[in-house]
Amino acid sequence: MELTTEIKDKHYTTLNLGPTHPATHGIFQNVLKMDGEIIVDSESTIGYIHRAFEKLGEHKPFYQYTTMTDRMNYCSSPINNMGWHMTVEKLIKCELPKRVEYMRIIIMELARISDHLICNSVIGVDTGAMTGFLYIFQWREFIYEIYEEICGARLTTNIGRIGGFERDFNETAWRKIRSFVKEYPKGLKEFEKLLVRNRIFMDRTIGTGPISAERALNYSFSGPNLRAAGVDYDVRVMNPYSSYQDFEFQIPVGTNGDTYDRFMVREQEMWESLGIIQQALDKLDKLEDKTTFHADVPDFYLPPKEEVYNDMEALIYHFKIVMGETDVPKGEVYHCVEGGNGELGFYLISDGGRQPYRLHLRRPCFIYYQAYPEMIRGGMLSDAILTMSSMNVIAGELDA
Amino acid sequence: MSKPTIEDISNSLKEKFGENVISESKEYDFTVYTIKKESLFEIVKFLFEDSDFQFRYLTTMCGLHYPDAPLPFGMMYQLHSLTNNIRIRFKAFTTKDDLEYASLTTIFSGANWMEREAYDFFGFRFKGHPNLKRILNVEDMDYFPMRKEYKVEDETRTDKDDTMFGRLGNSKVKV
Repeated sequence: MELTTEIKDKHYTTLNLGPTHPATHGIFQNVLKMDGEIIVDSESTIGYIHRAFEKLGEHKPFYQYTTMTDRMNYCSSPINNMGWHMTVEKLIKCELPKRVEYMRIIIMELARISDHLICNSVIGVDTGAMTGFLYIFQWREFIYEIYEEICGARLTTNIGRIGGFERDFNETAWRKIRSFVKEYPKGLKEFEKLLVRNRIFMDRTIGTGPISAERALNYSFSGPNLRAAGVDYDVRVMNPYSSYQDFEFQIPVGTNGDTYDRFMVREQEMWESLGIIQQALDKLDKLEDKTTFHADVPDFYLPPKEEVYNDMEALIYHFKIVMGETDVPKGEVYHCVEGGNGELGFYLISDGGRQPYRLHLRRPCFIYYQAYPEMIRGGMLSDAILTMSSMNVIAGELDA
Repeated sequence: MSKPTIEDISNSLKEKFGENVISESKEYDFTVYTIKKESLFEIVKFLFEDSDFQFRYLTTMCGLHYPDAPLPFGMMYQLHSLTNNIRIRFKAFTTKDDLEYASLTTIFSGANWMEREAYDFFGFRFKGHPNLKRILNVEDMDYFPMRKEYKVEDETRTDKDDTMFGRLGNSKVKV
């Protein structure tokens, strides 16, 4: 039999990756056009868990919307909660005491660590290294225990209120935060030893799913994914909120924008976050104020329950807040925070009513996930899986 | 040249586009320009290419709907100049019958899904968009759910009566 050397009609295979696939950590569908094991083209379908958060925002009083933000990037929900509170505080022009701002920073940085921790250990899992993931989970558990002490919840935290926190951190919470800062470096070092200079891990991740700085900017990337490409844009530095300007920290950047760089940027950011938490603890120690945990905004901050039952004025405020009778200024604000995945923005238009007139959420995942087909083109299927997990695409935030 | 300020941007926009920049206002920490929608593409392109301003980052965009206004529909765009750290916002309003905007996808690749989202929820059409179809909702949906005429709750429900409590919020908007 004679073998032809030339293939006349080239046929591509169509492969459905998802919507439910064990390797995609969420509901993502990608229809891949494959040439053997090489991806020629792909198309993403999203929206499988769309819950109309923007529309729901037009229906809920300001203080009730916090629970929606929990369900966006659920790996770091405290950052979303704080972002929302700060947006409303900006609208009502509420200044917070320093102590509250530092406490918020501690919570936000803990959330950042838990977010990056999951993302990085999952990159490990996708390269076949289960160990790091299993070992590192005790640290996430530790962070969740801290959340639990502060607000009683673990995943969808609903932490804080408009104007501050619902209650002061208790002794156990402080003790746990301090012991986390002390103990965690050991765990993180151990994790880094497993992967950072691991030959197999490096071979799998260096050069996979790269994106240049120029393309990343053009795609409006933000957060660790943009910084891995070499652009040092971080909202905490560019537009400091919650007193981030008082802190000393570095913005780690990568050079190639590949999976390894994204991994390393997140790894480094965890060390920086630890430094920030330590600084915040020191600053709190130096502050004279040891008890304030909310600003004085009786129009928005619920009075303590015992006062509601015994005091006329407190009862009135309680009623006004719960029924949405408080006057809210008309206007529009945009506030953004550096979420686990990048610039998380809230664009809020208020018409003076009890709920937002229009609420638009700038979700970093939604914006950078559209570059996914471009990043995996020409690569192997197994690299596409790695690229997705290293981009940290969270379905809740993507589909909102 | 020293770093441009927001005044420099306003002046050069007025100088270059004149009538097309309808108004300028300050909303909290943002400068907001209301512009004619025909000039949107040119203005964004100018700001993107200008070597001093360098608005190379499209933060976000979204649709707006004010049913009672003379121009009820609008798009909001937010640009960020990372080199100067200046953020600005544009709004361009239009009538119900003319929902076509210029697509920014040739300037910003990231505008692709944002425009699809605006189409999906408000029905704006973007001229020059490579793949304008629904993104978060199901493809056979036949209305645009973020428009104000669509209430969040089923209007046939009678078990929820808010008339005694709370002020009339925007859920009572007439269409």
